Amino acid sequence: MRVSKNWLNMYVPISDIDTELIADKMPLIGNEIESVEKLCDATNLVIGKVVSKEKHPNSDKLNVCMVDIGNGKIEQIVCGAKNVDKDQKVIVALPSATLPGGIKISPVKLRGVESNGMICALEELGIESKYVPERSKGGIHILESDAPVGEDAIKYLCYNDDILDVELTANRSDLLSMLGMAYEIGAVYNRQVILPDTSYKEVDDKDIEKLSLDVQTVNCPLYMAKKVVDVKIKESPNFIKARLMAAGIRPINNVVDISNYVMLEYGQPLHFFDSDKLGNKIIVRMAKENEKMTTLDGIERNLNKNDIVIANDKEAVALAGVMGGLSTEVTDDTKNITIESAVFNPLLIRKTSKSIVRSEASIRYEKGLDTQRTKEALNRACHLLEKYADAKILSTTIEHSEVNKVNKVIKISLDKINKILGMSLSKEEVMNIFVRLGFSGEEQDETFMVLVPSRRLDISIPEDLIEEVGRLHGYENMRGTLPTTKIKKGEITPKHKLINSIKQVLTSLGLDEVITYSLTSNEDINKFTNDKFDAVELSSCLSEDKKLVRYSIIPSLVKTIEYNLSRNNNNLKMFEVSNIYYKDKNNYIEETKVAAALSGNYINETFDITGIKTDFYTVKAIVEELLNYLNVKGNFEFKKDNLPKEFHPGRSASIYLNNEQIGYIGQIHPSMSKNEIYVFEISVDKLLGKSRDKIKYKEISKYPEIVKDMAFTLDKDIEIINVMDEIKKHGDKILKDVQVFDVYTGEKIDKDKKSVAFKLVFQDDKKTLTDEEVMSIFNTIISKIEEKFKANLRNK
Amino acid sequence: MNEKVETIKKELENSLKKVNDMKSLNDVRVEYLGKKGKVTELSTHMKDLDNNQKKEFGKILNNLRKSVENSLESLKVKIEEEELNKRLEAESIDVTLPGNKLHVGSIHPLNKIIKEVEDLFISMGYDVAEGPEIETDLYNFELLNLPAGHPARDAQDSFYINDELLLRSQTSPVQIRTMLANKEKTPIRIICPGKVYRKDNDDATHSHEFHQIEGLVVDKDISMNHLKGTLEAMAHHLFGEDVQIRFRPSYFPFTEPSFEVDLTCFKCEGKGCSMCKGTGWIEVLGAGMVHPQVLKNCGYDPEKYTGFAFGVGVERIAMLKYEISDIRDFYTNNTKFLEQFNKFESGEENESK
Repeated sequence: MRVSKNWLNMYVPISDIDTELIADKMPLIGNEIESVEKLCDATNLVIGKVVSKEKHPNSDKLNVCMVDIGNGKIEQIVCGAKNVDKDQKVIVALPSATLPGGIKISPVKLRGVESNGMICALEELGIESKYVPERSKGGIHILESDAPVGEDAIKYLCYNDDILDVELTANRSDLLSMLGMAYEIGAVYNRQVILPDTSYKEVDDKDIEKLSLDVQTVNCPLYMAKKVVDVKIKESPNFIKARLMAAGIRPINNVVDISNYVMLEYGQPLHFFDSDKLGNKIIVRMAKENEKMTTLDGIERNLNKNDIVIANDKEAVALAGVMGGLSTEVTDDTKNITIESAVFNPLLIRKTSKSIVRSEASIRYEKGLDTQRTKEALNRACHLLEKYADAKILSTTIEHSEVNKVNKVIKISLDKINKILGMSLSKEEVMNIFVRLGFSGEEQDETFMVLVPSRRLDISIPEDLIEEVGRLHGYENMRGTLPTTKIKKGEITPKHKLINSIKQVLTSLGLDEVITYSLTSNEDINKFTNDKFDAVELSSCLSEDKKLVRYSIIPSLVKTIEYNLSRNNNNLKMFEVSNIYYKDKNNYIEETKVAAALSGNYINETFDITGIKTDFYTVKAIVEELLNYLNVKGNFEFKKDNLPKEFHPGRSASIYLNNEQIGYIGQIHPSMSKNEIYVFEISVDKLLGKSRDKIKYKEISKYPEIVKDMAFTLDKDIEIINVMDEIKKHGDKILKDVQVFDVYTGEKIDKDKKSVAFKLVFQDDKKTLTDEEVMSIFNTIISKIEEKFKANLRNK
Repeated sequence: MNEKVETIKKELENSLKKVNDMKSLNDVRVEYLGKKGKVTELSTHMKDLDNNQKKEFGKILNNLRKSVENSLESLKVKIEEEELNKRLEAESIDVTLPGNKLHVGSIHPLNKIIKEVEDLFISMGYDVAEGPEIETDLYNFELLNLPAGHPARDAQDSFYINDELLLRSQTSPVQIRTMLANKEKTPIRIICPGKVYRKDNDDATHSHEFHQIEGLVVDKDISMNHLKGTLEAMAHHLFGEDVQIRFRPSYFPFTEPSFEVDLTCFKCEGKGCSMCKGTGWIEVLGAGMVHPQVLKNCGYDPEKYTGFAFGVGVERIAMLKYEISDIRDFYTNNTKFLEQFNKFESGEENESK
């Protein structure tokens, strides 16, 4: 809401308070200030009269004007405007005048001719071109012929004004009016509000055909209309034009301007119909489906049954609360006017304005109106039309009202106010705040009964009054303390704990956490999974690539890797923990997953070392370390089955925990990216509750370890996990560890064979092992492996 | 005989002078102490002597052997030391060359801030609560006192999935879930960090996905002073002990009274600069006393209980704290962006600004 200070001063005297001080104070009572500006930032401008105009001797485009600037002084001014002419009243910037943008006027010679000032266009005074009247467009501004020569032009135009642009919170519909602002500022500075003049003379209309009103919908609880006749359409007085401009509304003519002026004063939108085009029958009804109507802006609108319309006996003539119709528009030829002041259902106005057009009127209707201002606004319009448009006001007012004028009384105790605010205000201090706000009330036994004015739609419960007391008393001196009630230890959920551990392991292993968007496209939704699921789809989205909620994190990570590689950030190791979603019948399921993507070197190559390239076994090590750290009960397996097509079929695996698949690991398929990228994704939910509750300590054996190696040649396609399981199976209690330390395929052995070497660690917890004991088991293992896998022991 | 001994000693001295490594030292050892060595050979004369002389000669011979052994041993130590020194010299490297590249894994800056806030609030007895990102209209709006038709419930502003479900537009529904789940209606202290969604087109200051941290306290006799004290603790924890906060009245449907909370600008310390648009204050979060209707909706008697709630935008905090100008940087994850936050911050002012 753009607030003219001069205008506000009409209703609450504040001209003695510096505008900047008001601007500093407003945010502290809840109204943010967007900006403070001057309507026109210029000085030393006078009204002049062009007494003569001659062609400039050295220029086709310039004129040499002699301008009367009052007190018998005539100045020679060179002017380039096309529309300048003899006998015009104009705005003259004299030498030493300043114009917006820091421009200073001084005497100059223009092509050899002296010029002692400048005749100004409104744009040069900083007035936006949309406010410039037709006659002054593209040239200097021509003033009314009765403008007093020699007087201050800024004052004459009423441009000597400051504008406060106030950002309102959604609940303060009352502040969408100058009167509302006056009450607000009045409460701050403890000053009385002066109400506008609503008086006028009525003309008896018994000889004139009366208006009839038929409200056919419940969505119009209050409707008033009144006819005024014999209006003279002309330009508005300067103060009205300037105030509308300050508010951001373009002046049009006195009648249209008055309807806007009253709307800004009271927050009650009015609509003026041309009575002769409207006729005498007014119907308020819901639009028919696909009913057509052309609005003031000349656009034909297609209405539906949720739009409220005003109609005459022929057709819809206005879109209630949003915009008038073209067929009943007030024009320069209008003689008689029907004024509408009404209240409509805010929710429907919002729907209509959203689908059709938002206007100053609809903004106010959407937020709700003070039903006690409907009549006042109507009367104020009559007063102004009589005064500035020579209108005769007919005595009949037609009215439809289903509004109950019940006064809101709220009861609240001083104790409650102080308890919530954490203050210790006296009852006098609180009462004083209510009085300043214009709330009447009584106090008895430190309990207040407060009568809330109808303009304050935002106040309905005791807590609303507490806020009023708090914000007007001020929060500056509040002292912060911590709650002192019984305290317990703060906790996090088991899942949160598990996620923290996962992040700890992955960052320890050098991975960087990333956060990517959860919304994804149709194209990516099924990638990197073989699960059959129903994706969660948005009913309306911003764009096709953000249409679904993702099921796998991997596609986003692959994109992040490629984004970085394209910026020369190499050797990447990234992970993300995120929730994914899917639909199971009618249930929406949330699941947390952890995923990682790696590319390039795991440890970088330098002048000193060759580095470690990230490959399947590096990523597998990360997964193994993770699962090992998480202390999960049960058996993990990596199997080359059920692989999504986005994985490299030879270098990927499904990860199982106790025969339940919990994720995937592997290289992404070369068709997915020209880069070698390794990924894994594991369901955090499937790990949840699987960790052991505590670490089981085992004493370290005091007896020496015996380490023995064995190597076999066996068929290439035998999965080594099976051989290791077999070794462990026959290792008795004394086999503590089995490691693979070499895998060889190549020239030295058959091409369908491989050689695998194992290191076996034997140890007993209770005694020193003898060589015989170890060799007996060692040899058993060898013969079992040879037998089961048709393997041959090497280097016998 | 003594002469022979003296001769051997002298010869040894000369031989040792020529020794310069372990090999030549060993040659000398063989020459004197070997089976056919000079010292060994002397002992063959023993058989020609009588018993007394034998005893005498045995002593001399023994002394000679010891003396030769000592000389050889001390020279051996010296040579070994020299050889070690030579090796160490050969192994010398340029210590100014850079170290091999290792990498400390990093936590995303947004999650780093979330963790800092979590740790603080856990220390003050808050639980970290969670709620789903797919939320019901009922919890996300209705029970938070945003009735049907409220502008914030518009399909234009939120990502609806169907008439009842949407991607939560705020973390506030976790307030509702926590209060409803508390069947005994006992006091509550929670914070809830999480991802939220709004239908904004992405630009430097808007993101269709972002993070919030919600806080809620419900108890007997909770006042605005407690809210202020709690938010002060958080502000000090995140931005340093010198930061002050102020409350500006505002409006949220689920709190009454409601506030925008400003911090003294940490760039200019409240003097006024471009970051705070000259005001000395920076708006960081919204807060208020829980609306009695919200308490009622969740089964808490507003006559007995009061509470406060606040919501912080994590991106906003991070952008202010580190002067990040583009919110999209958090989601593109350029490693050159991420690595800058992979550092310890002492939080103590030990250098001039």
